[in-house]
Parts: sequence; structure tokens; C-alpha cells
Amino acid sequence: MESIFDLDHHREPVTADLDIPAALCRQHPLDLPNPSELEVLRHYTQLSQRNFAIDTHFYPLGSCTMKYNPRIAHRLANLPGFADIHPATPAQAQQGLLHLLWDLQNGLAELTQMAAVSLTPAAGAQGELAGVAMIRAYHHARGDFQRRRMLIPSAAHGTNPASARMAGFTVTELPTRADGDLELAALERELGPDVAGIMLTNPSTLGVFERQIETIAERVHQAGALLYYDGANFNAILGRVAPGRMGFDVMHLNLHKTFATPHGGGGPGSGAVAAAAHLEPFLPLPRVQREQDGRWRWLGRADRPQSIGRLNAYAGQIGVLLRAQAYLRRLGRAGVKRVSSYAVLNANYLLKELQRVGYRAAFPQRRASHEFLLTVEDLHRQTGVRALDVAKRLLDFGIYAPTIYFPQLVPECLLIEPTETESKATLDRFVAVMAQIRQEALEQPELLKGAPQRLKLGRLDEAWAARHLQLVQER
Amino acid sequence: MPYIPHDEEETAAMLAAIGVDRIDALFDEIPQHLQTFPQGVPEGLSEMALAREFEERAAAQPSLRSFAGAGAYAHHIPAVVPELIGRGEFYSAYTPYQAEASQGTLQVIFEFQTYIARLTGMEVANASLYDGASALFEACLMALRLRPQQRSILVPRYLLPHWREVLDSLLPLQDVRCIELDADPQRGTVRLPAQAPADAAALIIPQINALGLLEDVDALQRWATDQGLLSIAVVQPLSLALLREPGGWGESGADIVVGEAQALGIPLNGGGPYCGLFACRRDMVRQMPGRLVARTRDAAGRVGYCLTLQAREQHIRRGQATSNVCTNQGLMVTAATIALASLGAHGLREAAVRSHRQARSLLAALLDLKAVRRPWDGPFFNEFVVRFPISAVQLRDALLADGILAGVPLAELGLGEDGDLLIAVTERVSDEDIDDYRAAVGRILEQ
Amino acid sequence: MSTIPEHLRYSTTHEWVEDLGSGRYRVGITDHAQELLGDLVYVELPEPGRGVQSGVTCGVLESVKAASDLIAPLTGVVAERNEALGEHPEWLNEDPYGRAWLLVLEAVPAATAELLDAAAYGRLIEGQ
Repeated sequence: MESIFDLDHHREPVTADLDIPAALCRQHPLDLPNPSELEVLRHYTQLSQRNFAIDTHFYPLGSCTMKYNPRIAHRLANLPGFADIHPATPAQAQQGLLHLLWDLQNGLAELTQMAAVSLTPAAGAQGELAGVAMIRAYHHARGDFQRRRMLIPSAAHGTNPASARMAGFTVTELPTRADGDLELAALERELGPDVAGIMLTNPSTLGVFERQIETIAERVHQAGALLYYDGANFNAILGRVAPGRMGFDVMHLNLHKTFATPHGGGGPGSGAVAAAAHLEPFLPLPRVQREQDGRWRWLGRADRPQSIGRLNAYAGQIGVLLRAQAYLRRLGRAGVKRVSSYAVLNANYLLKELQRVGYRAAFPQRRASHEFLLTVEDLHRQTGVRALDVAKRLLDFGIYAPTIYFPQLVPECLLIEPTETESKATLDRFVAVMAQIRQEALEQPELLKGAPQRLKLGRLDEAWAARHLQLVQER
Repeated sequence: MPYIPHDEEETAAMLAAIGVDRIDALFDEIPQHLQTFPQGVPEGLSEMALAREFEERAAAQPSLRSFAGAGAYAHHIPAVVPELIGRGEFYSAYTPYQAEASQGTLQVIFEFQTYIARLTGMEVANASLYDGASALFEACLMALRLRPQQRSILVPRYLLPHWREVLDSLLPLQDVRCIELDADPQRGTVRLPAQAPADAAALIIPQINALGLLEDVDALQRWATDQGLLSIAVVQPLSLALLREPGGWGESGADIVVGEAQALGIPLNGGGPYCGLFACRRDMVRQMPGRLVARTRDAAGRVGYCLTLQAREQHIRRGQATSNVCTNQGLMVTAATIALASLGAHGLREAAVRSHRQARSLLAALLDLKAVRRPWDGPFFNEFVVRFPISAVQLRDALLADGILAGVPLAELGLGEDGDLLIAVTERVSDEDIDDYRAAVGRILEQ
Repeated sequence: MSTIPEHLRYSTTHEWVEDLGSGRYRVGITDHAQELLGDLVYVELPEPGRGVQSGVTCGVLESVKAASDLIAPLTGVVAERNEALGEHPEWLNEDPYGRAWLLVLEAVPAATAELLDAAAYGRLIEGQ
């Protein structure tokens, strides 16, 4: 498809008398195109049509919770009364917004059974960074500077070790047992006075609930360390199990997963952090507080001197937070529990049906959470077809591919998360397509290796891209 | 059941296929005593009731003509921007892992990278970071990866204070410290020391500083080069329609450029979501944080786009990644790209010129008032400080009644004096707005 | 099944070493290693004159989907590095034992004594 840089019409430059010294001014005119408004509209409309998206396709991307993004939330977040607020507006002129954010803080605290919430982290990764920085600040505030190590299961999302390292920790990876639960003996071996905490996702990235969670929490706390909960998989237990009750001290939530805010082609997300009472003083700022007189205001450094501080310029991704609050308010008490119920029903049904048509579960003896892992290692051995090929073939049937090659410890794996907003009919069609793909893999593996066959482009050459590295349009 | 399609019959059939009799049985691996119902969450609302609640909250705050800036600006947003970014194909897609099914998002990012590279005069730009301040934090870490022996960053006193706070929160976690550079009290711009501290990796150069003033960027860039420092330019992209691009600063140009792209088609949103831009020299690209999109081709030679250099990123490098950042500000990147396309070179320059011109008009109108003066009188783009004979907070609060957000009191940023107000003007400000502002201030000052 | 030339010696971290005589050794990665990594896109090698230590990271190999440390199979000093790989990382996939050599190291004579022979390396990768 053509580039926006090809759509140019000559426009006479605007002449101006500037009150700026010439040495500080641009010496050459901007080298940017001047397309017409219709050309812009057409170009980006046509580009949008080259995307798969939840609104147009089933999108069972494991660990990403690609559920329907309610349009009412979009409309309400864009009300001019919110969209036009400048961040430096004094609190008395943004009471309506602060009220909603306050409600969201409380709702999330209730669902996680944590004492307090900060909404400022801009994404799950920033929430993680905030959480582990809080763990560090907690130990330091107690005069304990020895705890420099963070324990993380080897199956964890790569962001966990990256965040821990950004907060100044070294990382020790813990092995997982064949049944998907953590190797408790390894944990006990590693725990010691130099361990600050452990980062866990539960249900884990393997799509199963960590059954020993209470024992783990007990051991970790006995060793003077804290537990961090990665909320990536919170959709599996929303309204049913609270991380605060499982023994976690601090956590983040991915509002763009569990709370149905849009993924927007990669962002913006939101990674609100929730903490137990002993970590509340360290939560990032600003946060919303309700005063005695019933008015709302931002909490700052003067109110919370022990806070880890500010993570981005303002108070986080407010437009995303408003969408999450709209979703939570629409669902209410009964609705949130239905989310986890049907997310888990859909995942377990899909797993059973895919096993029925010949696919292998990575953890067949376990109940699926809101997602599950398949391995196509058997197909790979028989036919040379890899998980990547299955993924690319799915695109030909108008289905976005599941997450592949994650977690890395399961070979040739596909991580599948249908979410609660997909109907049985959609899942049944997916099973039928997967059955056909399996048949194709056995009978004509080259078809899969050359997939996608039916899209506008064939399989793109990522090696060529990295070797030639054209990152901007040449002039 | 909002958003859940299952009817009873379907649910029953699915449970039967699984081999359990009720949904609760699917949670049988979770200890029963951990399963508790969240009593504190209120009952759900109908879509109508929900809309009413939000509309009431939105109406609770006055509609204001904004003269506030300090990093966020009320520029005009072309109508095609919200129209296009609301399309489900952009709105509800995710990170383009499967390139063949994500060409829309990928090409938009490639165009964004190109726009940012051209605006900043740099060779490469990434797919964006959370916001300008977090992009600056990441730029500092990148500078330290490029200068692994060094431990500090030189930060001018008049970097936006809330950006500085982000550095102060996050850099010490990796034993990196900020060393503040003084400002010249008369000029309000950076005063360079003769010698950089020995452990400094980089100099931050904000072109437009926190007082709205323009820095002598050539001198700062030359000093950085002479001292063997990397330079990190902090820019406001719309101003680059008029101001010298960082790639052209000094003889060598800046090394890394970051900035807040909110001014390009992104609503104020109370402070987010915004969009951090990030550009650098090509030979530094492997140390760059964040997503990158490259042009490539398929087996038939057709041009397409895909994510590239993913081996730098956390999902592959884990603890050794350049950053923990997983994605970009996708939808905001889409907004900024479409805004840039709609405005074009012509419209960008027009918006920048008009912002500058209206700012000068408002400044002149205010200086006309008795006892109002400008504490620092250097060149500016669209933002300046005026010193009033009364508290700027008091003045700002009083003007709310006139539907005017008069600016950001410097005292709230921890800078300047009590009467100092930082005022920003965009192309949306009409001559009538300027008259109204002046009249309202005049009225308050006479009281 | 990947190729394992008989005349080379191998490390357990999938580097090959060729004894060039006079204390000079040519080093590269094995066919098995390039298969595991997939399409190589970038190589970072130590500069000539730098010392490297057996078992310790001395460079980076980057493919589309993985980044892998290059582990020095010997202790020695870098005499030469293959500059052409900067332009042609794909050679590592096409010809890992030939034009995609990585380094020439100078080390003590018989430095390869600790390394595996082709048969032992073959058993190693069979078992993995």
C-alpha cells in the first residue's frame, strides 16, 4: 500500500514575522507531505482495514485478555468534561473526574482485598516496576539494605525480571514442576536474608492455578520477604479470589485486560497498583483522596513522604481509567464474578474440544484457568510443522493467532485465551478450523509452512527486516 | 448479562462437554476458603444509568478556555483524528505480533517513526513510550548503557519539575543520580559550568524550558560535545515547525531526542494517555528502548512492515532487556500520525506561527496592565511567565469564574515567585479570548 | 541432523574450534547452534587485542526471535574477527563452518584439550 509520504500537494509556505532569533529557528522547511483531508481519511481508513481486531475477528491471544471493549466506555471517557481537562487544573475545577477516579480506586481495592490503590502506572510493566520499587522502599524504611535479590519463576513473563532489574534487584529464577506448580524445595533453598521478594502470577503463565500459594506466602513471609502479584491473569479469578487473601503484599492490575479497556494496537494500557496496609505509604503519586468535607484532591509528596514518587508526568492514563471505571460500574457486583465464571468456562470447553480433535494439552491433568497451553510438538516431530505455522494458517481463516512460544519452557506451544465475551458458536468454529489445520498439517504440511496464503501479503521476512533495518521512509 | 453471550442451554452443553455439572466446579483446584465474593462492589448499572452518572460527573466541572501549559497544551485536534482512531480496527487490535494481520497498525507506526525522525532531524525514531517524562527517564538509562562507566546525568534547573520528579523516583533505583545545573537568574536559561563532573554520562537540553524560554541550544550542544557527554534533547514537537531541529544543533546534532507528543492530536485528558516520542542516531539503535517497526517484504517481494530488533526487548531478553516496556502508546501514536498527516508541513507551521503570534499578543496585552511585568524576557515560542502584583494562585482561582484557566502558577511547580504565572497560548486562542483574559485580569487587579 | 565436521573440536556451549597451528585457533558456532537460534541478524564480536576467557561471554548473537551470548571456548587473545559478518549475518545460517567463522584467537598450544571431539559433541546434542 502507498505511504502517506507519497500524498503531497504544493502549498505556499506561511510567511511569518517571528520574534525568535534566527539562530534558534529551523533553517530548512519541514520535509513533510501535505495530503488533502480526503486523502488522509482514505489512507488511514484503508490501513485500518488491514488489521485484525476484536471488533472484526476472534482474537484468542493468550495472556492478553482480548475481550470486547464496550463502546459506552469509549463514549463516556471522551465526554468534553473529561477530555478537555488540563492536568494543571486546580482540584476544585475537576471534582467530577476526581470522584470517578476515587470510585475506581475503591472498586479495585475491594476486588483485590488490598488496603489502597494508586492509578498512576501507565502500563502493566510500569505497575510492576512500581510494585518492586515499593518492596525495595519497604525494606529500606526498616533499615534492611541487604535484600537485593528477587525470585521469579522461570515461566514468568519476561517483563518480571526486566522490571526487577530496573528496580535494582538481581533475579533468581525458580523452576516449575511437571504439573505446572512451583518447585517448593527450590523456593525454600533460595529464600534467605538477601531475598526481597517473589513475583508470581496466579493463575500462572502456564494457565493453571498455583495450588500451593498459601504455603508459598507463609514461607516467603517467614523469610522476611514480600509477595508481588502480577495481575496479568486476574480475569481468571475476578470477583472470586482476591490476591490480598492469597497473601500477596502488592500487585498491579492490567486494566486493558481485565477491565476491558482497548488495546489500541499496543496501548495505552494502565497498570494500577494495589497494596496491603504496610505498603500503602510507598504507593506511587499522585493518588486521589477524599477530604473530611467530602471534596476530592490529589495526594502529593507532602502527604506521603515515603512514596516511591512520580512515575510519569501526570496522574497516569486517565482516559483509560475512566473506561475501566465505566466497565466496572456497568458490571457491578454480580457482573464481575460472571466474568471469571465464563472466561474459565470458555477456556475449559475449548481445551476439551481441541483435545477431542487431536491436540495435546501441555498440562492435561490440570483444570484450565481462563487460558490454556497446547503443544504441537507431536505435529512438529511428525511433519515439521511448527507452532508458528499453525499460527500463520489460522490467519487464513480470519482468526488471530494465539500467543506462541511463550512460556518458553513448553516446546512448540500455543497459549489460547478465548475470554468470556466469545460465544459458543465462535469457539465451535475455532475448533473446526483447528481440526482442519491439523488435518492439513498431516496431509500437506507445505500449505502451513507457506501460510498465510489468503491475506494481501504472504509471510513477512523478519530476518530481512532486521538485517536491512529500514526504520524510516527514505526521502 | 452485559457482554456475555451464553444462554442457559449453551452453558449446559459446554459444561456437559467438559464433564462437570456447574461452573463453580471449574474452580475446584482453588482452595474453597480463598473464594470470597466482593461484597463492597456496588450493583451494576444499565447503560442508560451509567451514562447519566458519567455525564453528571463530566458536567460537574466548569468548561474552561485553557491557557495552561507546562508540558500539556490545548491545541486544535483535526476532526478526522477522533473519527479514525475510534475505528474498531485500530481501537481493538493489539500489539502487532502477527505482522500479516496487523499491517494497518504497523504501517501507521512506520509512518509515525518517519514523521518523528523528520521533525527532530534524527536518523531513527521508535514506536513511542508512555509519555514525555518516561521517555526522558528511558533516554537517561540509554545514555548510561552507551557510557557504562558513568553514573550521573546533568539536569538543568529549568527542566519541567514533574519530569524531574520522574527521574528522581526511578534513576536512583539503579544508582544513577541527577546533578542539577544552575540557571542564570537574569536570563532564566542554563548556566554552564567550566567542566562537567567526571561521572556524567549526558546533558539534558530542554528546548523550551520550564519557564517557556528558549535555550541557546548550539552552545549547549557544543559544550556537551567538548566535554565528551551525550546530549538528550527534550522538545515539544509542534514547536519544531519553527525551531531548529535537534539533529541540527551545534556541529554534531543531539544524540537522543525525547518529547511529549500530546500537542499532536491528543486531547488533554486530565494528563493522559499521552505519547512519549523517542529518536536517536542510527548507530545507537540497539541500545534504544521500546518497540520498533521496520519495512520488509514477503516471499513474492511485496512490501510490508513488521516489528524488528525484538531481541532487545523483555519478552526475549528478560532481565537483560534494554527496558521493561512491552508495548507503545498505540492509539495515541495513531492519533499523532493522523494529526501530522492532516496538518501537513503547511498546517503545522501555520499552527506554530499562530500560537507564537497570539502568545505575543497576550503578553503585550498583559504587560500593558499596571504593575505587571515579565521577570525573564528572553525569546519564547508560545509560553511565557508574567509576574503579577498578587498571588498567581489567587489570580488563577479567581479567573475560573470567567471560564478561564489562566495558566500554571510557578509556585505550584516549586519555581519562581508568588506572583509568577506560566501562561501558554495555542492557535485556538482568538483575539476575543485575549481581550477577555486581559479584561478579567484587569478587573481582579483593580479590586 | 546437523553437520559436525570431524576435524574440529567443540564446546558444550556450541562453539567450534579449529587448530590453525602456532597457537592460533579459529572459532565459530556450530550448525546445531545456528539451527537453534534461527535467522541470525546481528553479531557483536570482541575487538582484536582483547582477552577472552574460556566459559565467559565475549559477544552477542542475535536472531529474529532470540539473543544469545557468545561464550569463548578458549582462554586467549583476539587476533582477528570476521568483520564481514556485520554486513552478512546470514552467513552464520548458510555456512557456519566456513565463511561465517567468528574469531581467530591466540592461545597456548594444545588449548583445545578440554574440548569435545566430533563424536562426543554429536552425543551431546543428541541427548538435548
